[in-house]
Amino acid sequence: MAKVTLDGIRKVYPNGFEAVKPSSFDIPDGEFVVLVGPSGCGKSTLLRMIAGLEDISEGALSIGDRVVNDVDPADRNIAMVFQNYALYPHMTVAKNMGYGLKNRGVSKAEIERKVAEAAEMLDLSALLDRRPSQLSGGQRQRVAMGRAIVRNPDLFLFDEPLSNLDAKLRNQMRIEIRALQRRLGVTAIYVTHDQVEAMTMADRIIVLNGGVIEQIGTPTEIYENPASTFVAGFMGAPPMNLLKAKVNGAGTAEVTEGLSFPAPAGASGDVLVGIRPEDLEIAEDGDMQMEVKIVEELGANRLLHGDLGGQEFSVSVPKQQEVTEGQIALRIKSGEPHVFDANSGRRL
Amino acid sequence: MIDITTATPNAATITPKRRFKWNVALDHLVLIVGSLFMILPVLLAFTTASHDAVTIHREGLQLKMGDQLGVNFQKAMFEKGGFTDTVDGMRMLTNSFILGIGFAVGKIIIGMMAAYAIVYFRLRFASFAFWIIFTTLLLPLEVRILPSYEVIQGLGLTNTYTGLIVPLIASATATFFFRQFFRSVPEELVEASRIDGAGPVKFFIDILVPLSRTMIAAMFIIMFVFGWNQYLWPTLITTEESFFTLVRGIKQIVISYTDAQIPEHGQALALAFVAIVPPVLVVIFFQSWFVKGLTESDK
Ligand SMILES: Nc1ncnc2c1ncn2[C@@H]1O[C@H](COP(=O)(O)OP(=O)(O)OP(=O)(O)O)[C@@H](O)[C@H]1O
Ligand SMILES: [Mg+2]
Repeated sequence: MAKVTLDGIRKVYPNGFEAVKPSSFDIPDGEFVVLVGPSGCGKSTLLRMIAGLEDISEGALSIGDRVVNDVDPADRNIAMVFQNYALYPHMTVAKNMGYGLKNRGVSKAEIERKVAEAAEMLDLSALLDRRPSQLSGGQRQRVAMGRAIVRNPDLFLFDEPLSNLDAKLRNQMRIEIRALQRRLGVTAIYVTHDQVEAMTMADRIIVLNGGVIEQIGTPTEIYENPASTFVAGFMGAPPMNLLKAKVNGAGTAEVTEGLSFPAPAGASGDVLVGIRPEDLEIAEDGDMQMEVKIVEELGANRLLHGDLGGQEFSVSVPKQQEVTEGQIALRIKSGEPHVFDANSGRRL
Repeated sequence: MIDITTATPNAATITPKRRFKWNVALDHLVLIVGSLFMILPVLLAFTTASHDAVTIHREGLQLKMGDQLGVNFQKAMFEKGGFTDTVDGMRMLTNSFILGIGFAVGKIIIGMMAAYAIVYFRLRFASFAFWIIFTTLLLPLEVRILPSYEVIQGLGLTNTYTGLIVPLIASATATFFFRQFFRSVPEELVEASRIDGAGPVKFFIDILVPLSRTMIAAMFIIMFVFGWNQYLWPTLITTEESFFTLVRGIKQIVISYTDAQIPEHGQALALAFVAIVPPVLVVIFFQSWFVKGLTESDK
């Protein structure tokens, strides 16, 4: 168990591509941090630098109180779960889980005890003599987890560990991983491009975009106060509506004639007004007139897509609400609209 | 559900009657003819080996079994022959095994290690080195036989097993195949084992070698048979009869007689038959292993 500190970590690949711009953050002991971002944004690169599988071009990385920039992966006392599990195909489940211990000179009896204990925890006891090829995807995933926990590492690293599982199993494993991490109290860094995974699992989320950290915060903070239009659009499903607007003399952000929103002090020029589809409701006396073009059934609720003030817009309504295509009136149910600078995308 | 159950009998009645499939018959015909073509000479060698030298000399190859089979095999294998009367069939069999196994094992070990270095280590001129190694494919021993002989003689390795085996090993086939195979091993396995604390040697022995089982089996088949069948190089490098292999010994039996005597064709064919058996066994044994490995598909 340990805290992790990144101080100005940067990655430039040998071909000159800067995959991670200088980034700094701390992860307190025992925290579950999710790195999230679109494909190619540098999540894996960052994680692999922490694991020691990739050289750090610049900056200092410490795990615990030790700077580990030049420490071999084996000596960082970390455990990693890979996307394709990376189980050794020719070894049994027990051997797979015990291999790291064996290499560290742990006695046979001790290995057996620890493997049995981990297998018990992960419900793998009956499968210890099987080979990975004789397991289902979910079971392989568990073995990979088992291999990580038998070593009592200071830090768990996960690189999209659930992306090869079907939706149902993914939900289940999500909960299991989270529960296991809580129980063991080990610091964890979890990479995913799935914002639902990020929201549900994280103590804190780090949103990456193009090698730059856009925002660090708890799931609630990220959801309630996205720091940029990128975060606003990436986190939350369906994504936040972003309306182009202009701040006028009266200090309000005007989308079109008769449709304006309060703007924070100091806002000026072109802005984007962000409203989450679920923060709206249909109301007879609403002052936002929307033209509904498509109704999408999602089960628990419906998603109405259409046009507001000449721009694309969506609203989420509960399933009890009867809706038809055509004109409806809306009002903001809760919270304030988010206002972003149109050029920088930063929150105002 | 109802749809499915009512549909089944309908489907059965629609199925046409079995017709004679001409293309299948043709396939079998081709296979049978091909097999006969391959097997008949061996069979003929076997039946002819059961006759005495005089009969064979007078009447040529025999299709019927004779009564000299045991005698011919016995003499071929256990009676010392050759100019110096020092070598019998058993000795030659042993030598052939030493050459076949030594060659195959040496080649696999060298090939795997070279491929390991090329694929997994950031060597300065790795791909250049690989292509240099690769060009040796264009230079089999027969092409470089004179310089090779010079070197071996200079080292005083004529009439040794080392001189027999080592120069043959120096070629790129195994390196090439292992390189291709190693490149198909997922990168994540290397990384997982690094985190598990396996250094380069441990990774090679604990992970890569077991993963290469099927590849090793395939290589062993090819290399063993290739080494077993060597003729030119052993002829050149070993002059002492105690180093003779079966393949050379066959010829020795036929020519090592004075003009007055009839060549011992029966014994030569018996020896030829003995020479065929081990490669066949190796192929059969490793083949099953090899296929098992492939179908287990655990990579
Ligand atoms: N060895 C390399 N050499 C050069 N560029 C690389 C190398 N590996 C990755 N990159 C680049 O670095 C960027 C970040 O890659 P990375 O694998 O970290 O993405 P990621 O966020 O994990 O994406 P994904 O969600 O698809 O896994 C990508 O643009 C990629 O093309
Ligand atoms: Mg990735």
